[in-house]
Amino acid sequence: MAEAPPPSRRPRSRKLPLPAPPLPPALRPAPPPPGTQRGRPHTPLEHAGEAGKSLVDWVDERTSLSGAARWAMFRKVPKGTNWFYTLGSATMIAFLAQAVTGVFLAMYYRPDAAGGAYESIRYISTSVFLGNFVRGMHRWGATVMVVLIFLHMARTFIFGAYKYPRELNWVIGVVLLILTMVMGFTGYLLPFDERSYWATIVGVNINGSGPLVGPFLSDFLRGGPEFNATTLSRFYAIHMLIVPGAIAALIGAHLYLVAKLGTTAPPWLRATPTEPALVEESA
Amino acid sequence: MAPARRQPKSKYTIDRGIPGAFDGETVTRRRFMTGTVHGAGMLMTAGFAVPAIAFAVGPIFKNDTLGWQSVGYPDDFTNVNYVQVVITTSPGIGEAGKSTVYVRARDKAVDQGPYNQYNRWVAITSRCSHLGCSVLWVEASERFICPCHGSVFDADGVRVSGPAPRPLDRFYTRLFEGQVQVGPRYSVNNELRAFSPRDPGEPLDGIGQYLYPSRPTVRKLPRVG
Repeated sequence: MAEAPPPSRRPRSRKLPLPAPPLPPALRPAPPPPGTQRGRPHTPLEHAGEAGKSLVDWVDERTSLSGAARWAMFRKVPKGTNWFYTLGSATMIAFLAQAVTGVFLAMYYRPDAAGGAYESIRYISTSVFLGNFVRGMHRWGATVMVVLIFLHMARTFIFGAYKYPRELNWVIGVVLLILTMVMGFTGYLLPFDERSYWATIVGVNINGSGPLVGPFLSDFLRGGPEFNATTLSRFYAIHMLIVPGAIAALIGAHLYLVAKLGTTAPPWLRATPTEPALVEESA
Repeated sequence: MAPARRQPKSKYTIDRGIPGAFDGETVTRRRFMTGTVHGAGMLMTAGFAVPAIAFAVGPIFKNDTLGWQSVGYPDDFTNVNYVQVVITTSPGIGEAGKSTVYVRARDKAVDQGPYNQYNRWVAITSRCSHLGCSVLWVEASERFICPCHGSVFDADGVRVSGPAPRPLDRFYTRLFEGQVQVGPRYSVNNELRAFSPRDPGEPLDGIGQYLYPSRPTVRKLPRVG
């Protein structure tokens, strides 16, 4: 990578190469001590560093991922970027926490409406090592995610970050908001206590009060005309397979568009006008 | 390009000067292969996607109405007060599949409409017609009261106040081998006219019965009385 490519008659691409990120002073390589061969590792730490570099090089030579990583991570960021810009990442971290804790809860949970579901939740809460902690993270993390997604949406709205060319990202974000609500709704039934049972009855009936499609939608959600043995496993499948997959895919699209379009400057930032003296001089 | 300006093209590839064209060939082999591969891909995708979706959506079209359930003997019920009985609405899931029904004998002075074999007892559901919470029969005030959002119904199940859009649902009843049986559910509008069962939250008066159509999963009894 250090050597320049041999000059050819016609450049293959007119694109300029992406600039390498500047290294902070602490990470810049120190000059080699006198008496050593230049460019060769000579301390154990440097040998370890070389091993890591050659591993990364091995992967990069076969995937060219470093270009994509540089494209996604080393972007120009407008002046005035502040802590409000971290709300989207915070929502994503909340989703990842939900995904990880959810996978481990699924190891103990049984979607059995005849009483097994409640018993399995009770078992997780009382008998499994750290079970109450993991379940608590999942249960409170759900609330955290909903709060964060609304704050992120408010930030986007108030900063005007939904405007051209970012409308599609707003649309994807709204779909993500709806899917998060679906997660909250379907997950609420899973403990299968009185509160979750009746909340689901009421929620399904609210779905049913939509004209024309509502009655069929609530039949679809329950898997029949009444709450029945398959309703719980239906909600479980929606909660842990269908919707998380859709959310993960849409977060990918959301992030791609963020990297592609860049972040917006805060609305209080004005473009700096060019000084007239400079314009005259250059003209 | 406007269609009028386009030169009329021959349908034969050989006339269009495509290299390697056969005489009488109307579609290039490349185009044919592309179409075949796309079509096969779509066919294979549909092969698993269509059954999977049908599998998930199937219950919308399946009618599995529960049969008649015995709830007591004729002497157990009077026409002056409701008696609570418990029926199973979904088998196999224990308490979650059970529902309370309020039953009393038919009272000629109160219950209008023609008498038939299915309304000798009046069976009123405890499922609130607003959003499906359990209503409670309060004997002192002769009202059904819902704890969730405060709907109040009179002794016939007709809404008195609150957000409920229609009266409480009812069940067909019959006398079978000396026992009172509760059968399929039906919904009523404000004139107590019977309709096939609707979910809570769905009005039946005026345009309501068309906005919230009857579903294949539940149908009322064929012609009664």
